[in-house]
Amino acid sequence: MKIGIIGSGVVGALIARELSRYDVEVLIFEKNSDVGMGITKANSAIIHAGYDDEPGTVRAKFCVPGNRMYTDLAKELQIDLKRIGSLVLAFKEEEVRILETLYKRGEENGVEGLEIWDRDKVLSHEPNVNPEVIAALWAPTAGITEPWMVSIAAVENAVENGAKLYLETEVVGIKTTSGRIEKLITNKGEFDVDVVINAAGIYADEIAKMAQAVYVPLHPRKGEYILLDKQEFSGFVKSILFPTPSVLGKGTLVTPTVDGGILVGPTAIDLPPEREFREDTSTTFEGFESLMSKAIRMTPLIDFRTSIKTFAGLRPESPQKDFFIGRTNIVGFFNAMAMRSPGLTAAPAIAKFMVEEIQEVLGETFIAKQDFKPTRERIRHYADLPTILWDEEIKKDPLAGKMICFCNKVTEREIVQAIRKGAKTVDSIKFRTRAMFGSCQGGFCMHRIMKILARELNVDLSEIRLRSEKSVILNGKVREL
Amino acid sequence: MKEQTVDVLVIGAGAAGLGAAIGAAREGVNEVFIVERDERSGGILNQCIHNGFGLHYFREELTGPEYAERVKNIVKQYPNISVKVEQYVHQIDYRRKEVVVVSAEGVTIYKPKTLVVATGARERPLGGILVPGTRPAGVFTAGVAQRFVNLENRLPGKKAIIVGSGDIGLIMARRLTLEGVEVVAVVERMAYPGGLERNIRQCLKDFNIPLYLSHTVVGIYGKERLEKVIIAQLDENFKPIPGTEKSFSVDTLVLSVGLIPQSTLFKDFLKIDPWTKGIVTSSSGRTSLNWIFAAGNCTVIYDLVDWVTEEGAVAGKFAAMYVKNNWEAAKFSVEKGQNVGILFPTWYEEGTNLNLYLRVKKPLEIGTIRVKQRNNLLYNKKHANLMPSEMINIKIPESRIGTGDITVEVVE
Repeated sequence: MKIGIIGSGVVGALIARELSRYDVEVLIFEKNSDVGMGITKANSAIIHAGYDDEPGTVRAKFCVPGNRMYTDLAKELQIDLKRIGSLVLAFKEEEVRILETLYKRGEENGVEGLEIWDRDKVLSHEPNVNPEVIAALWAPTAGITEPWMVSIAAVENAVENGAKLYLETEVVGIKTTSGRIEKLITNKGEFDVDVVINAAGIYADEIAKMAQAVYVPLHPRKGEYILLDKQEFSGFVKSILFPTPSVLGKGTLVTPTVDGGILVGPTAIDLPPEREFREDTSTTFEGFESLMSKAIRMTPLIDFRTSIKTFAGLRPESPQKDFFIGRTNIVGFFNAMAMRSPGLTAAPAIAKFMVEEIQEVLGETFIAKQDFKPTRERIRHYADLPTILWDEEIKKDPLAGKMICFCNKVTEREIVQAIRKGAKTVDSIKFRTRAMFGSCQGGFCMHRIMKILARELNVDLSEIRLRSEKSVILNGKVREL
Repeated sequence: MKEQTVDVLVIGAGAAGLGAAIGAAREGVNEVFIVERDERSGGILNQCIHNGFGLHYFREELTGPEYAERVKNIVKQYPNISVKVEQYVHQIDYRRKEVVVVSAEGVTIYKPKTLVVATGARERPLGGILVPGTRPAGVFTAGVAQRFVNLENRLPGKKAIIVGSGDIGLIMARRLTLEGVEVVAVVERMAYPGGLERNIRQCLKDFNIPLYLSHTVVGIYGKERLEKVIIAQLDENFKPIPGTEKSFSVDTLVLSVGLIPQSTLFKDFLKIDPWTKGIVTSSSGRTSLNWIFAAGNCTVIYDLVDWVTEEGAVAGKFAAMYVKNNWEAAKFSVEKGQNVGILFPTWYEEGTNLNLYLRVKKPLEIGTIRVKQRNNLLYNKKHANLMPSEMINIKIPESRIGTGDITVEVVE
């Protein structure tokens, strides 16, 4: 059986990895030059506890199980997961009542360890929270991760278990015959498939239309972010801080990143559904102002002069504000769409559900592979090792002692390993190694990383791209030598 | 793992670190080590192929690489100085006085008697100034663009806008123009330029490159490669004035919006200025810990490399004196009075000359700079055309200085 997965964001990647446990052919189609570079790349990176979602929603069904699955997933895929807990802060009496509602909802959803904290307890845990806080909902199971790393690791693991990855391969049509999936038409040719999984992020409704399958209309909801320098600001907050939620959503949060920085965001701006807006990841003055004022309300001492990066991501939002997943009117076509928050959290549970759903619809039982390898090896970050062990590693390979990214302490060996694992662009190196992710944002090391890329890929420096083929970095020589 | 004891360990082999090693060696210590993380010594001077360096220190005008070469030649005269490149300082245990250095040869634990920090500065990245828009290829900090053009023989693009009028930005406006890149504008959010007056003249006016003062970037466009940049005029509250937008079709944006002292490695045990991020030092270069000294752009951002080398030499000298006989002295604070924006050093130590560096808060046509210690006027002189972008250096010899806190003010 051939299963085509459209999209390599966290949802597509985890479905691919889950399917690769079985004796089926898995083909992953990704239109970008690397995996996880769409919706997955830019969001709050939170593994939500699961008290936000109203019981009965699809979100509620998958969020808590997904949250629990991350513990094993992080171990198997060697991705960073820190269960730092979250606090929903209340500054007014009516907000305390909302906390109580969230608490009850959380219990109904099966969230463990919820507590309502008084002011003193909040401030002793988080001294930088605005002292006007009166109470907070504490959820110890909430955590942080690197979403793109979930994608990268899951796809690497799926590929190691036999899945095929097609990068820069955009699905432009889907052929069905008498209500059954027949083939995928891409810019790189046609592929016969028996099953299609639509995990195409913000374009999932357009993909569903190609197959004449049911869908919900999607529109992008933009979220802007400001990242503060870990070297200046690490430890400012220990847990994920949310304001009390409103009808507009969970609100702007202040959270540590797994790397130690402080992330402020998102805004929530609904954009029209037209194609041009589905690529609109521009930041705005209004967005910055909103983020700053909201963050200052929760943590008055936050210092935006330590900002090192601003960015925006898009969430695929639908009118019913819920995931739209599973079987459709077309046999063999499955949706995993409208994956708004808590999509990252729910993704592992959805992947598991999807494998069962396919077997049920097709009336087949997949045979588990005897040689499935559940673990994936990460690129070792030498600076985390005790110095004695680091010294031994350098004796084995001197590149492990050659520092390339000074801010995040990434060695040449890590860069080379990322390239051997498939990184071809500057951004692919960045998201795999955290090089250029620090205080100087590549000011000291981008040129050196470009030279290593050129050397390892055996191309001229001018061939090195930021991300896609069109994102040319250098244009011409000063002198022809 | 190797262990290495040393009298003076200098972190950084740029203009300050080389100067410090010279200062220490001259004072006479057994061994000075410089650890440099880059592939070669000389620091940022290596890529500054324009001239204008050395007028104070060598009394002649040199290019950056020439200046670096001169300083390196002095270093070579001292056999007790070792310069080691591609050495990365991973950790410092200030209690045990141990510096963990990583290189391709392995991990070395240095046990220095004194440490001189000469780590320089980094450029503020685009994300540091909250510019709205997209994040395409084609956006470079000025130093990165300079590196590509001057050391890698590569051009960043065909048509460029320079954001920020810091010196490196101005130098790059001229450099890119000379290499056939069309530079359409230099944009500065303040009402006055950020770089030296001579650079405004020689790099912009001589090439007819327009300078937009009180303007900022309000939009960066282009999904993959930069396509368009929109600027607008700012009101007195630094808010863009609607209707003043100007659009430039460019494929390159060069950013020169300030340098930040590289001090974060030391922030847990040295006093750092929370506003400038500079390591706080005294007139001897001593930091808040008696065995650690610092000099150069990691303490305050200088206008001239000559001053950096000079202050490096001061720090090196007193670091060596601390090695030799535990030199310490009474310490008084040097405080900012009116109209003083940036002031260096923070403390005066008895037995040293007071080499003051200051920047005014706002431009002044004429101002009197006064340096007072109690009722004693150490310096009192009229200066014309005082600009925040032009650093002022005032040298007060030790013989004129008594005891007590010192205040520096600029009176209109």
